Amino acid sequence: MKTPIATSEQKQSIPKKETDTILKVSNLSIFYGSNQAVKHATFDIDKNKVTALIGPSGCGKSTFLRSINRMNDLIPIARSEGEIMYEDVNILNKNINVVALRKEIGMVFQKPNPFPKSIYNNIAHALKFYGIQKKKVVDEIVEESLKKSALWDEVKDRLHESAFSLSGGQQQRLCIARTLAMKPNVLLLDEPSSALDPISNAKIEELILQLKDEFSIVIVTHNMQQASRISDKTAFFLNGDVVEYDRTETIFTNPSQQKTEDYISGRFG
Amino acid sequence: MENTTTSARERLVKSNKNKSNGELRGKMIVTLSAIIMITATVAITVFLATKGLQAFLVNGVSPIEFLTSTDWNPTDEGNPKFGAFPFIYGSLAVTLLSALIAAPIGIGAAIFMTEIAPAWGRKILQPVIELLVGIPSVVYGFIGLTVLVPFIRNQFDGIGYSLLAGTIVLSVMILPTITTIATDAMGTLPRNLREGSYALGATRWQTIRKVLVPAALPSLLTAIVLGMARAFGEALAVQMVIGNSRAIPSSILDTSATLTSIITLNMGYTTYGSVENNTLWSMGLILLIISFVFILIIRYLSSRRRI
Repeated sequence: MKTPIATSEQKQSIPKKETDTILKVSNLSIFYGSNQAVKHATFDIDKNKVTALIGPSGCGKSTFLRSINRMNDLIPIARSEGEIMYEDVNILNKNINVVALRKEIGMVFQKPNPFPKSIYNNIAHALKFYGIQKKKVVDEIVEESLKKSALWDEVKDRLHESAFSLSGGQQQRLCIARTLAMKPNVLLLDEPSSALDPISNAKIEELILQLKDEFSIVIVTHNMQQASRISDKTAFFLNGDVVEYDRTETIFTNPSQQKTEDYISGRFG
Repeated sequence: MENTTTSARERLVKSNKNKSNGELRGKMIVTLSAIIMITATVAITVFLATKGLQAFLVNGVSPIEFLTSTDWNPTDEGNPKFGAFPFIYGSLAVTLLSALIAAPIGIGAAIFMTEIAPAWGRKILQPVIELLVGIPSVVYGFIGLTVLVPFIRNQFDGIGYSLLAGTIVLSVMILPTITTIATDAMGTLPRNLREGSYALGATRWQTIRKVLVPAALPSLLTAIVLGMARAFGEALAVQMVIGNSRAIPSSILDTSATLTSIITLNMGYTTYGSVENNTLWSMGLILLIISFVFILIIRYLSSRRRI
């Protein structure tokens, strides 16, 4: 499996418009064995916006998210139908080079998962996958990504200490920095701050708002305040169905579906 | 329970009266097991130490000569020589060489089982490993003797009995040890480490080489050291193929001997309490000490496992 390194140049050639669509999901169904986790989801995800996926546990939102960069491929019994159009390709196609895809569509997980290496190497390491080895270039990207993830000031004097010496919130921002270093187009965040304390949580939210100028962000969250604070659009998942998808304001103030209203007002879930 | 008028003191304060018999019996059985085990270990160690030191303390064999001299001729009437260095060298050489062969294969097989083909890889390799463990060492030696030794004799110069033959037999023998522990080490790596790497666009091979193997390295080293400890202590199979010569081998096609093979070969021919017999005990003591070093290395590696 060869991985092309031409993605950054390709990216520049795409014109930036205000309300572009980055991902066009249509009739997406995902199965785990015979269990259907996502049912005929159809909606567009905006470019350079934050899209929040909310819903009770087990509603399929994480499964949906993981299908966008084909992480579900790692689960042998998972299969999907329908399509997710990214530019001019269907991501779910068999002929997609998932390694190249994951460089363009990065993902950060619920539990911080830094590699058992130094802070510096956690990022440098990701660049090696990419073929970037030159020390000077690596140094620059490490600094740039750590600055973008608002971690630079906290770690600049101890870049070569173990990533495990960081707090949970710092580790998560390191994982975000690591993903940013790949210069992805889309950033998938799977409950990135649910395992963190409120202060770290606030930092991550602040970070997400800053990042959306450069990246299209899809975030799964259990925290509805978080969804309302940071997202432009919100999709409400329930039992695998996308019950409602609209501007976040609308979802939280004037939802069109009774189920959505019940959920956001805390009547179930 | 039926007598509700007893005071709290009677019901709750510890006394010998209400200690149930089963409780005491259970405790005694497990304590006894522990004591037996500790006693056996201590007794063997003490016995081996006293016997092993006798050659030096009673018979006046020089420890320096024993450890460094290459001259082994204990039966010489006038001037017996007790240089055990060739055997120490042989033991270490055969151990290191077999680890050199078995470690990459064992770890490779472990990676195959955990990362490449977890479903059917494990299904096939697991019974293979169990089978390898179950084959008695005398059978390994016998196969080595009838297949390997003639093969080496025909392919290269020499008599076939060689360091190489011992190395090959031993590497097959320690393969299951290394594979099993390495598989456990790879299998217990957190799943999110894998996901983190794949999500960054790493290929499977990059994930294995740059993330998983480094993360599992302390455990993988433990696997290798445990394999080496097994190789170091193995006597029978090695003795059958290594040739048991007294000189330091000049190539891997040369005959050689190990501490264990010399002990098993000569134990029956020496009289208890004789100098030669005592020097065999000294070799046993060296085996014990080096095994202990292996254990220390494993302990050290395990303690480094948390990064």
